[in-house]
Amino acid sequence: MARITLDGIAHSYDQDRSSYALKPIDHEWSQGRSYALLGPSGCGKTTLLNIISGLVIPSQGRLLFDGRDVTHLAPEQRNIAQVFQFPVVYDTMTVAENLAFPLKNRGLGRAAIRTRVSEIADLLGLTGDLNRRARGLTADAKQKISLGRGLVRSDVAAVLFDEPLTVIDPSLKWELRSKLKAVHRALDVLMIYVTHDQVEALTFADEVVVMKDGRILQIATPTQLFEQPEHTFVGYFIGSPGMNLVEAEVDGAEARIGEQTLRLPARYGKPPSGSSVRLGFRPDYTTLVSGGDLRVRVQKIEDLGRRRIARVSLGAQDIFAIVPHGRSIEGDTAGIAIKPERLFVYVNDERVAGEPL
Amino acid sequence: MIEKPINNRAWLLVLPVLAFVLFSALLPMMTVVNYSLQDSMGANNFFWNGDAWFRDVLNPSTDIGARFFDALIRNLSFSFAALLIEVPLGIAIALCLPRSGWAVGPCLVLIALPMLIPWNVVGTIWQIFARADIGLFGAAINGLGIPYNDTQDPVAAWITIVIIDVWHWTPLVILLSYAGLRAIPDAFYQAARIDAASRWAVFVNIELPKLQKVLVIAVLLRFMQTFMIYTEPFVVTGGGPGSATTFLSIDLVKIALGQVDLGNAAAMSLIYNLITITLCWIFYTIMTQLDRRRDA
Repeated sequence: MARITLDGIAHSYDQDRSSYALKPIDHEWSQGRSYALLGPSGCGKTTLLNIISGLVIPSQGRLLFDGRDVTHLAPEQRNIAQVFQFPVVYDTMTVAENLAFPLKNRGLGRAAIRTRVSEIADLLGLTGDLNRRARGLTADAKQKISLGRGLVRSDVAAVLFDEPLTVIDPSLKWELRSKLKAVHRALDVLMIYVTHDQVEALTFADEVVVMKDGRILQIATPTQLFEQPEHTFVGYFIGSPGMNLVEAEVDGAEARIGEQTLRLPARYGKPPSGSSVRLGFRPDYTTLVSGGDLRVRVQKIEDLGRRRIARVSLGAQDIFAIVPHGRSIEGDTAGIAIKPERLFVYVNDERVAGEPL
Repeated sequence: MIEKPINNRAWLLVLPVLAFVLFSALLPMMTVVNYSLQDSMGANNFFWNGDAWFRDVLNPSTDIGARFFDALIRNLSFSFAALLIEVPLGIAIALCLPRSGWAVGPCLVLIALPMLIPWNVVGTIWQIFARADIGLFGAAINGLGIPYNDTQDPVAAWITIVIIDVWHWTPLVILLSYAGLRAIPDAFYQAARIDAASRWAVFVNIELPKLQKVLVIAVLLRFMQTFMIYTEPFVVTGGGPGSATTFLSIDLVKIALGQVDLGNAAAMSLIYNLITITLCWIFYTIMTQLDRRRDA
């Protein structure tokens, strides 16, 4: 069983290291938990995954499994399993032969292989298909086979998923995802899941690693990501609609937004000159009221059924706010109230902590 | 889904193609059919001969029948030998080619070169190249102490013709296999590495199954072409020594143009044609049916 440590891992695909696909990372992943690597395409999440599985050797840093340096070990020498974006099955084999393949290659006895294969098939719900040709099956069944080929090895320390639901029919995604969670609970392995879909990441993982441009922006539980984003990108990438980000001048415990002044719940130091200063607050913690902290002009109210969201303009900037149940809006001016503990100040996109008043 | 309109006038669009096929294939073919059913005493007088030519050709106890079956066996052996060497060799070379980088272009061009040379030129090149007295290849073999003379020894003649075909057409199998190999996504190789598959297991379980479709095409093309072989033995060995390399097409030309025995030649060419089509159909059906049965 394993703990994976990234010790200054970084990777560049260029010989001269002029640009990094992955900037230096120090982190530790622990046994039995599930992690999601979340970020837009090209943010380096697949590179990071391939470094862990050994398909890519990092250009610097060390990778440790339980304290053992595996940086330069080949994939087959590490105890990891990987499920790819497109289902990989061995066409000419039956489902059972597919599941047995990694064990056969490692020289296990026939009886041992048979028991292990039937255990994993049971777990994944593939028992009925064991004697069918793998290539005739649907994409979700093939993905289960790919996963099974990883799990069938009893020594497997970590299962890596590279956007495994991409080619799965939307109606089956939910089912396959719950299967993954069930497997995770049953086998107590470390799982790392790469995705660009925030719903997948937030529902799957104990902890989410948000990445952008080869850099890790925040590693936190889904709740923390939502309630206290450390970076403006985390703020607007997660949540729908994303976090409101408003340019402001912050001076002590006051923020000036255009001509209006907002009292902040904490006192902030003076940001370095030339830096971009923004206030961040989620629409979910912003309500449309008649008085409120700031005056806004209402542009549009969308009824999403469960809740109503107003698009309002605050000076020259557009933001979103929740319209409470039963409140009717008359005219086009109103105010917004922001929950003070959910109002953050970002200097050059990073959250800065204030001193409590 | 868009409803497709049904309009039988669309068949009119196929007419130009039908007319073209009529002139290019069916009409010349009908003249052959014509000759195969008639006999002539010269002076452009023809009379009906029924299926007599066909019965002669297909009867091994007649002179012409014996010639036909001997040549047919030579053809089948030649195709078999050529396919047996070219397909595995082509796959093996394709596997050794670089997958990316600057070397890909030069490699592919070098490999494709033999295919760009016309048959009769290939024949002429090898006719000189293989000569036991002054040819580089023939003289070198003899120099090694191995007696070799492709104009006197039937085995040497056969080996020469097979080597020519392998040299000329293995590139086609290489290029087709290479294209097939390049189409395999990296994830398959990565998964195989994680599964600790050996190189041989990767070949048998990933590459060969994925190559199946291009190999069907390669086998069909190579079979058709080897079964029609004419120019190389005509130029290099002239069908000899004796009749050791007299293939169906060479014999056909001898009968039609040498002996002006048009009836026998026409019957023989039609049978030859039918055999080619039938064998291709059988190959194709077996290879695609195997595929379908596996899915079931």
